[in-house]
Amino acid sequence: MSHEQDINGAEILLKALADQGVEVVFGYPGGAVLPIYDEIFKQNRLRHILVRHEQAAVHAAEGYARATGKVGCVLVTSGPGSTNAVTGLLDAMLDSTPMVCLTGQVPTSLIGNDAFQEADTTGITRPCTKHNYLVKDVNDLARVVHEAFYVAKSGRPGPVVIDLPKDVMTAKGKYVGVGKVRHKTYMPKVKGEMSAIEQAAELMAGAKKPILYFGGGVINSGNAAIDLAGKLVKMTGFPFTQTLMGLGSAPASSPQFLGMVGMHGTYEANLAMHGCDVMVCIGARFDDRVTGKTSAFSPHSKKIHIDIDPSSINKNIMVDVPIVGDVGHVLEDLIRVWKAKQLHIDEKALKSWWRTIDGWRSKDCLRYVRSKKVIKPQYAIERLYELTKAKDPIIATEVGQHQMWAAQFAKFDVARHWLTSGGLGTMGFGLPAAMGAQVAFPDKLVVNIAGESSIQMNIQELATLMQERLAVKIFIMNNQYLGMVRQWQELLHGGRYAESHMDVHPDFVKLAEAYGHKGRRVDKPADLDDAIMEMIETPGAFILDVRTDASENVFPMIPAGAAHNEMLMGPEDEAGNPSSEDGMVLV
Amino acid sequence: MTGAKHPHARRHTIAVLVDNEPGVLARVIGLFSGRGYNIESLTVAEVAARENLSRITIVTSGTAQIIEQIKAQLSRLVPVHKVVDLTTDGPAVERELALVKVASIGDKRVEALRIAGIFRAHTVDATNESFVFEIVGRSDKIDAFVNLMEPLGLVDVSRTGVVAIARGTQPL
Repeated sequence: MSHEQDINGAEILLKALADQGVEVVFGYPGGAVLPIYDEIFKQNRLRHILVRHEQAAVHAAEGYARATGKVGCVLVTSGPGSTNAVTGLLDAMLDSTPMVCLTGQVPTSLIGNDAFQEADTTGITRPCTKHNYLVKDVNDLARVVHEAFYVAKSGRPGPVVIDLPKDVMTAKGKYVGVGKVRHKTYMPKVKGEMSAIEQAAELMAGAKKPILYFGGGVINSGNAAIDLAGKLVKMTGFPFTQTLMGLGSAPASSPQFLGMVGMHGTYEANLAMHGCDVMVCIGARFDDRVTGKTSAFSPHSKKIHIDIDPSSINKNIMVDVPIVGDVGHVLEDLIRVWKAKQLHIDEKALKSWWRTIDGWRSKDCLRYVRSKKVIKPQYAIERLYELTKAKDPIIATEVGQHQMWAAQFAKFDVARHWLTSGGLGTMGFGLPAAMGAQVAFPDKLVVNIAGESSIQMNIQELATLMQERLAVKIFIMNNQYLGMVRQWQELLHGGRYAESHMDVHPDFVKLAEAYGHKGRRVDKPADLDDAIMEMIETPGAFILDVRTDASENVFPMIPAGAAHNEMLMGPEDEAGNPSSEDGMVLV
Repeated sequence: MTGAKHPHARRHTIAVLVDNEPGVLARVIGLFSGRGYNIESLTVAEVAARENLSRITIVTSGTAQIIEQIKAQLSRLVPVHKVVDLTTDGPAVERELALVKVASIGDKRVEALRIAGIFRAHTVDATNESFVFEIVGRSDKIDAFVNLMEPLGLVDVSRTGVVAIARGTQPL
């Protein structure tokens, strides 16, 4: 006789989620998950946020996970429920966001029979998850859930799918607690090789033109890593740059911050990456948006690469000192070694390096032509940032020009305040991600900087905002164009604007009102501040439809196929620098 | 550029120890196709029933950088226990088994049987007009045998793909 009573699968599931500390699940019900929803109905511990589309559930869980550092949790039904979740899963995969996504499945007896709302979910999601499970025996369920959370959050985080056949949810079985589960194969190495760390420290001490390059891995590693990144910046006095995903990993207000690196990074950050003699890459992955042309990437530097994922090392760029380990652990050892060996930076060389960098900085690469007639998109973000910075807002974005301007003009002194889709570049990410962050922090100012096209990809979530009383502020940079597509067509395709202009858009103010929210349109620079203040001060969700200059492009820009020292600085560079044929085929 | 046609590309035999669970082979194959790596041969079978382990032997080719990537990518699959590059990690024995069907009469039939003898192939099936030979060896030996059988009435070939094991006392 067992001491533990047999309970049904849905109860086991909820018990396991509770033991994993899950407080919120973003979901959408359907036939295959009814037993789970029945259990949710019977309890008050787990909060369920009812979205309006499964893709939004996944992005909301991403926003929640990224803002809190916890594992996001999603519940969707079988078939279309799980296929709608796929984009979000891949988004979480590419941006290393920890998540567990529960998908319903037809009963085990029907699997493979093309049953109603059946999809081969584990097959479909295999390449877009870190791992996935199909639970066929109720007695495996608790173990699988605990294992899934462990896999989702350890090592390089990522999304994990658990596919749950309906009969397994109603079958009776035994619950197993968290402590009893230990994974037999998946044990990522967190401590870095000491000899490599020592080598890195000495290389840094001997550097004449160093740069620190922080990525999202610093933030994923946790608060200790973020503190240590700040300490490393102070201890060395080195200039530092950040990737799109790494914004906020060390304070942007530091005088050592050169701005973002990469395709739309700053002139000084990209030239410093190009001209440095020692590059310390910390929790970043030499993505093609960062490196530009790889054969010409930072040609004269020794490269140190700290990453928890061995497959990130030597993937795009060959490095000299690879250190496989968790950023927090490695930085702790690195700083300790630095102090124990009493290493010092080469002050004289660093001073001269800073003089060079200051020369690049004086170009003021983010300058733009101001206007009193039309709202420049850069101006809109600048004002939004200035008027909200005291409130330390969480900023989400969609994907496109507005996203790049937000990355350039909003400044992040703390981590987990910047939610953007970096790797996959998913339009429609921002609104649900902002929603997820607002669920985690109901009293915080959460702003979704959007484009008028991106926002329409998950616009249905305006209803969720109302139902859950989530006061997300939606700042639409409305230029009537798929702006980034238009920019590439201008620069690369002879100004042939194929299908990048949309003649028809909804009246966003009326749309906000249709869902019960407030909204306002603004098209004059003089009215912008007042409109932003109204958006912030109005209780509840709000859409501010900002009509911006339609012809503005994002600069600086490293054209596809070009190197860091071949940047376009502004409209004046466009004519003289037609992109190469090679560049045209790149994305 | 997957590396398979790169001038510095080299053939590697990689052994992967995995949990014998549904989908594990699909994960490995999906990784190769999704990332554009080359598979020359792949074999898989359970090797330790009690521990529920299967062993996958993959022959692939690529530059040193690509091979390192393949190993790192394989290692990060959750059900993977171990990844060993048998080409670089010391000497290893490689074998492949093939069943080769030859249909001919007269001189050609006699010649096929004679060559089979030279290659130490076993005759595992015979009719008045055909043989099925079983041949074991390195892949190049099997290639050579199949090529010789071509003009002698070769009608069908079934090969297992490469299995390999390190020489010496150590397990994988």
